[in-house]
Amino acid sequence: MKNISSVNRILIAICAALMISAYFTPLWQISLWAPQYPEGLNMKIWIDRLSGDVDIINGVNHYIGMKHIGVEMFPEFTYLIYIFGFIIGFGFLAAIIGKRWSLYAFFAMIALLGIGVLVDMYLWGYDYGHNLDPTAAIKVPGMAYQPPLVGYKELLNFLAYSGPDTGGWILAVAGSVMLYAVITEILKSKKEKVLA
Amino acid sequence: MKTKLWLLAGAAVAMALAHGCKPKGAQSALSGDAASKVYIAPGQHDEFYNIISGGFNGQMSVVGLPSGRVFKILPVFSVHPENGWGFSEESKPMLNTSHGFVPWDDLHHIAISTTNAEHDARWAFGNANNTPRIARVDLTTFKTVEIIEIPNSGGNHSSPFITENTEYVVAGTRFSVPTGDEANRDVPIDTYKENFRGTISFISVDKDHGDMEIAFQLEAPPFNFDLARAGKKKSHGWFFFSTYNTEMAHTLLEVNASQKDKDFIMAVNWKKAEEYIKQGKGKKVKAKYAHNKWSEDTHMATSVIKDEVLSLDPRELKDIIYFIPCPKSPHGTDTDPTGEYIVGSGKLAAIIPVFSFTKMLKAIENQDFEGSVDGMPVLRYESVLHGEVEKPGLGPLHTEFDGRGNAYTSFFVSSEVVKWNIETLQVLDRVPTYYSVGHLMIPGGPTGKPHGKYLVAYNKITKDRYLPTGPELAHSAQLYDISGDKMQLLLDFPTIGEPHYAEAFPASLIKDKQVKFYPLEKNNHPRVLKGINDARVEREGNKVHVYMTTIRSNFRPDNIEGIRVGDEVYFHVTNLEQDWDVPHGFAVKGANTAELLVMPGETSTLKWVPDRVGVFPFYCTDFCSALHQEMQGYIRVSPAGSNVPLKYSTGVAE
Ligand SMILES: [Cu+2]
Repeated sequence: MKNISSVNRILIAICAALMISAYFTPLWQISLWAPQYPEGLNMKIWIDRLSGDVDIINGVNHYIGMKHIGVEMFPEFTYLIYIFGFIIGFGFLAAIIGKRWSLYAFFAMIALLGIGVLVDMYLWGYDYGHNLDPTAAIKVPGMAYQPPLVGYKELLNFLAYSGPDTGGWILAVAGSVMLYAVITEILKSKKEKVLA
Repeated sequence: MKTKLWLLAGAAVAMALAHGCKPKGAQSALSGDAASKVYIAPGQHDEFYNIISGGFNGQMSVVGLPSGRVFKILPVFSVHPENGWGFSEESKPMLNTSHGFVPWDDLHHIAISTTNAEHDARWAFGNANNTPRIARVDLTTFKTVEIIEIPNSGGNHSSPFITENTEYVVAGTRFSVPTGDEANRDVPIDTYKENFRGTISFISVDKDHGDMEIAFQLEAPPFNFDLARAGKKKSHGWFFFSTYNTEMAHTLLEVNASQKDKDFIMAVNWKKAEEYIKQGKGKKVKAKYAHNKWSEDTHMATSVIKDEVLSLDPRELKDIIYFIPCPKSPHGTDTDPTGEYIVGSGKLAAIIPVFSFTKMLKAIENQDFEGSVDGMPVLRYESVLHGEVEKPGLGPLHTEFDGRGNAYTSFFVSSEVVKWNIETLQVLDRVPTYYSVGHLMIPGGPTGKPHGKYLVAYNKITKDRYLPTGPELAHSAQLYDISGDKMQLLLDFPTIGEPHYAEAFPASLIKDKQVKFYPLEKNNHPRVLKGINDARVEREGNKVHVYMTTIRSNFRPDNIEGIRVGDEVYFHVTNLEQDWDVPHGFAVKGANTAELLVMPGETSTLKWVPDRVGVFPFYCTDFCSALHQEMQGYIRVSPAGSNVPLKYSTGVAE
């Protein structure tokens, strides 16, 4: 297969390097506001741990029977670091290889990772919001507490927000840059075919 | 090439951000000219007195409405250095209990006395949760004049609620406890269901003088009693108590007492109880409790320990207690101004059930029961129900009324006040409260004649309403205008302690009845001085009595010698002034109590045990005149066993 442009090779390397930030910055955040929490409650999800007001959120949510949020709830934390490591490593390799297939493969990995994480988040949120403790003090008929996947949602007296945090944004930029690289390569290959 | 790249990245970020424009929170601005509606011009008076419970500080605060200004902190179950309450020898007995001197409590609810279901505002009653007591405050002096301890009670939360002519003040126990003799009280906690009782005390109030007595106690099942309201008008003669933990759990109530779909409102036919008492059906049981009274004649309190109460067992004496099923963990139970409707506020329920007194009587007559508790009938929910308010909000707690057919319910979880029509049960209006609201109050709201002009919401959690003050922030109240169709927020004002319930009544009811001073000729304190010539010091063994007068701007005597280390010195201070607003203070260096604040014509005593040799100054603490700073004196203290003769004087000008 064809070699890719040197600009795209550099972009692959930059994106792979950008992805390293996933180890040092929070990837996702979930925030809650309520009259009694005007300053908001914030939970940050890192590649291998949680931080922020997790304990306070647990304290608030146990009245309505939601599970205790803890590291043990996220088996992903144990293997996500390796998946990221593999993709980053592959990224640098792809930059060295410099072939189109390596760029496409790298992009596909990032895209699959992104989709996978969102699907995973949705499933977690669904379970967290629907699977309530039957002995909970407050039961509101027909009410589920699934947090929003991305964006804002009103849950009882709380306004919930879910969205990327610093690391998530960097990954989004990396993904977008790779999408750009993929598009330029596809356009270029079409041009080549026409010329051929 | 480069610009394209940045555009792409920018677009991605913009798309992600655009996804979530944060919906507007509950931070709406004031509308209209709210300030002028709460502005009381200098020299003008507020329209209402608002007596607010102080919660964990054991006090009441006296606030004006609509201004929200604090006029007075009134010590009830707490000592109060500001006026020497609980520190002076005369006031110490007020805080006596069967457990000894208990100078603190947790005061949650206020009840203002009524006649014919309307405020007469003669007295304010307050409850002590922790060491169960009921206090009575005289609203002509704003002084706590009586405190009665409640035996067989643990956590006196369901009190003090009063009947329409203040015939009774009730005291329902929050914690059920084993009652009776010592042997009956030493039981395993897991025998809760068999051995614990939820005692309800009916305290009679003398209609002329207000004196309280525990008339009788009902031995109710071991539920937790939360709040109560008397019936009024057509339902006069009945009392309604909200209960929780009808599961009768004794551990982890957070879970174990929240499982049943319905708890109960306990309806008590107290007229029936009176009949049984007349027939001699009550039995006297041993119970130790203190009964403390303040005398405005002698300016001192006395504490008497009593040893028995009259007990009624509703398991044997039928027709006193009926249970109304009420979803779910009812907190407030409130009767409307007509006395026909009883509003249950299940704090975990998603609806507000409204019960009909007429239907209740009919269900009792028809024996329309769905079960029983210890032989006491449980009425059928549907038969007693007037209707349910659908989707009112989350976490209903308390309801008050405006006298125009509307009810106002506070919602803790959804932080709002919701107005609804009692007949149609339609929700009419809702306003956010900033932030989680507990009790709410309309002047005259619990009576048969509410003044439906203002509503005050007392907030539980009030972050960021005021300038922050460290980890503990100000508690808050919020005043709403409810005179129109739409409720309108007028004012935030900080409160003293954690406010729970409060009541308000027109200022005109009492402002012209205020005691201005105590006539000296009627002062029957055993150590009173009627004039400056009686001022003296007397030694009785190691006790020294200083008979002292105050008048602008001197003490008599102001030089005292011959006191020895280890003596018990009693300063009996009589304020000879006979004019409004001229108290004098008295404080002595190193005293382990507080100052005295002696009202005009009053006598008050401070005990001081000097612990070292020296000359000790004393002075007036209440700015009384241009020469207030000169109002001072000295006491010389000599070593124990010294022969310095007892001497006292107020000299002539040097
Ligand atoms: Cu003075």
